[in-house]
Amino acid sequence: MRPGRSLFDKIWDAHVVAELGGGHSLMHVTRHLMHDGDGVPLQRLTARGLKVRSPELTFATLDHTVSTEPGRTPATASAFAARLALIRARAAAAGIRLFDIGEPGQGIVHVIGPELGLSLPGSLIVCGDSHTCTHGGLGAVAFGIGASEVLHVLATQCLVQRKPRRMRVRFEGRRAAGVTAKDMILHLIGRIGAAGGVGYAVEFAGAAVRALQIEERLTLCNLSIEMGAKIGLVAPDETTFEYLAGRPYAPAGAAWEAALRYWRGLPSDEDAVFDREVEIDAGAIAPQITWGTSPEQVVAVDQRVPDPAAEPDPARRQAIEAALDYMGLQPGAPIAGTPVDWVFIGSCANSRISDLRAAAAVARGRRVAEGVHAWVVPGSEAVKRQAEAEGLDRVFKDAGFEWREPGCSMCLAMNGDRVPRGQRSVSTTNRNFVGRQGPGARTHLASPAMAAAAAISGRIADVRRL
Amino acid sequence: MEPFTVLTAIAAPMPEPNIDTDMIIRIERLRDLEPHQLGPYAFENRRYRPDGSETPDFVLNREPYRRARIILAGPNFACGSSREAAVWALRGFGVRSVIAPSFGPIFVNNCYQNGLLPVVLPEAAVRALIEEVEAAAGRAEVTVDLRECTVIAPSGGRWRFEIDALRREALLKGLDDVALTLSREAEIAAHEARDRAARAWLYPATATG
Ligand code: SF4
Repeated sequence: MRPGRSLFDKIWDAHVVAELGGGHSLMHVTRHLMHDGDGVPLQRLTARGLKVRSPELTFATLDHTVSTEPGRTPATASAFAARLALIRARAAAAGIRLFDIGEPGQGIVHVIGPELGLSLPGSLIVCGDSHTCTHGGLGAVAFGIGASEVLHVLATQCLVQRKPRRMRVRFEGRRAAGVTAKDMILHLIGRIGAAGGVGYAVEFAGAAVRALQIEERLTLCNLSIEMGAKIGLVAPDETTFEYLAGRPYAPAGAAWEAALRYWRGLPSDEDAVFDREVEIDAGAIAPQITWGTSPEQVVAVDQRVPDPAAEPDPARRQAIEAALDYMGLQPGAPIAGTPVDWVFIGSCANSRISDLRAAAAVARGRRVAEGVHAWVVPGSEAVKRQAEAEGLDRVFKDAGFEWREPGCSMCLAMNGDRVPRGQRSVSTTNRNFVGRQGPGARTHLASPAMAAAAAISGRIADVRRL
Repeated sequence: MEPFTVLTAIAAPMPEPNIDTDMIIRIERLRDLEPHQLGPYAFENRRYRPDGSETPDFVLNREPYRRARIILAGPNFACGSSREAAVWALRGFGVRSVIAPSFGPIFVNNCYQNGLLPVVLPEAAVRALIEEVEAAAGRAEVTVDLRECTVIAPSGGRWRFEIDALRREALLKGLDDVALTLSREAEIAAHEARDRAARAWLYPATATG
């Protein structure tokens, strides 16, 4: 009898064009998403005399380098004018649909894929960006690739990949109030480490995952790469189908019915075998906040930052010391109460409408603390419009937040939006690396509600006590 | 792509875990520079002070490590962003192989596209190599032999490493994936035709958005 197959196996196997030996396969790509950094591979493709093989499976938007200044024009963030012109021209020439500034569909590539119904259960999605794992929240195998691989996909609609091993992480029990998908994934990374998922495709399962809405599942999968796993995914279910129905690129009519039949067969078989299993009691998770310069350097908001003296491994002890030094924190000090200068609510981890609602619920009727700069950057044009229709922009502005245009912004500080040297930011992003939000910037990762609570309090605060 | 066969070279110890690709090459450098121009900016935040002068105690600023062609790294080296520029910057500096207990997964594939060899060895082996190299003040060279899939320490100690046959072949010959895959177009077309028939819902006929 054939052994049970996992969700991941079923999707992977459906995309194998040929086995290449040595554990490698030639994989067909059913969605290729592109962003404003991808003009160069398109240009290199043409220079090699090659064409885009499947433009109808390729979609592009502008996010990493665009200005997020209110009232932005093509001239804002002009440092990148050449880059934007390049991708626009090359995409048009190749017949690739590009969602441009000002139209619904523009936004952070990992926000717009799900939102447009481009990211579908059972598909294999790639993008030249490591947070492509986000799309796994819809039950897809989705992973980030490098620039040479982007060129390879453009030319052949395929990729040479080695099949990863399978890990299942089951979050059992029920989340407590104030605990979000962001807290679940940060807690997991803290537990298994930033390399804990290297070599694996990770399926998130269990009652507490089933209970998550799609946007929360996208957040959960978004940070898979922060534990070293290129791929994270959640089995599609009724919540998934409800989310997708009626989206612009989702199948409709008879095609929808056929898709539903297929999707219902995707969840892992009862007897599917995983190379590693991790179980987490979701009920024991408290709101999380990172203290260091790796996402694994994380504590519950009511805990203390570690003391390097307690770490036996010399390389790790040095890493803790270096992180505390960079972050300007005292060993063993409580993390709550640390004064903050900036708050950034945005990025492909947490910039969707439900994230903005959660932050607005904390901000409503309150004021950003004196001296704190607080930004809200919606993940896409569609999220921005929806938030404005709900009056969330007013809630934020009344509280003293800045309401900006959609893009990656201060998540990687490429477009000039950055946290100044030595200043401290609570951010809803996914990377607290040294210099990530600007040279010398100090980043604490947290959920949107925790970020809003920090903005109001002027210090790192437990959202449950506000 | 430049083939990789055997490399005997100075090896620089960087045992810190979780060195990310943001640290290897800053995002700002991706704006205006070409891949071959990135070498001087590898590990920029570590190599230089804000005023542009060198940080004297950073390993790659010290002799003989300035001439390192191998990095002996900690766990999860080059995790984080998918930026291939991290590989270009390392290559630009002169690095041809990184030996570590584990790597960021996207970085590994990017290495294979650019003739850089990522070698996975157990943490204890990397530590032993670092100790030997440091005991000789860096002057003892390490050998990475891809033909034999072996790392040879200055003292002669040997560790075998695993690498997928396909990746090994391509590195030894300096082959590029694209040309190989293009030659399989008939198989790709057949697969796609089957998939379009079985899962028509997955293929947007035209962009309707
Ligand atoms: S929001 Fe941040 S993490 Fe997400 S794609 Fe943009 S830069 Fe990358």
